[in-house]
Amino acid sequence: MKAYLHRRYRFSASHRLHSSEMSEEENRSTYGKCNNPHGHGHNYVLEVTVSGQVDGNGMVCNLVDLDGCVQSEVVTLFDLENLNNRPEFANSVPTTENLCIVIYDILKRKFSGAHLERVRLEETMMNSFEISS
Amino acid sequence: MFGKCNNPNGHGHNYVLEVTVKGEVDPRSGFVVDLKQLKEVMNHEVLDAMDHRFLNKEVPEFASRIPTTENLAMVIWNRLAPKLTKAKLHRVRVYENHDLFVDFYGESS
Repeated sequence: MKAYLHRRYRFSASHRLHSSEMSEEENRSTYGKCNNPHGHGHNYVLEVTVSGQVDGNGMVCNLVDLDGCVQSEVVTLFDLENLNNRPEFANSVPTTENLCIVIYDILKRKFSGAHLERVRLEETMMNSFEISS
Repeated sequence: MFGKCNNPNGHGHNYVLEVTVKGEVDPRSGFVVDLKQLKEVMNHEVLDAMDHRFLNKEVPEFASRIPTTENLAMVIWNRLAPKLTKAKLHRVRVYENHDLFVDFYGESS
């Protein structure tokens, strides 16, 4: 029978929301405080949902495999980093929407232990973004 | 396979169970479900049977399967679903802890 397993991870990173396609004024009006030239940080919470048939061991997938994959393929890339300096954002603004898409794409490619249902990323307690399959 | 969770002396969790039911809103009461009745069913089927108990030994369903949180969600579903009459069981969510939880939507999902 099919079940859904949700796992939460934490990492901290800084970013500055600034588009090279906009004027300074347009950047300021679009991104507000997030356009501060010196950047700012977030304690992100990443929630990964995978699904699948519960196997004879009572598992959707081996949690050690999921934790290892998210840790090595996602958390180590972004934890305590300036997202603007990461190659993933060479051509895009590191909004939490875009970061969520990047993480979804990585996990879609790298995690094969169960079906990736959803990646949900909390920027703060008040706002979050999600990508579903 | 099970790492620390395979410790022969077992270990405990402070589970949180979230039950979602769905149905038409009753025009007289304005309720999806009689919450008092739902609570009674949950108390009888889940809390009385599982709270402060050794799942492996005291809950009969786990005589033949491992009490992972996935299986626990399914066992709770199987206990609650037949007892709900008007509202239908939509989802059983079991939190093993704040950072790990399982959803089960029944066999048809």
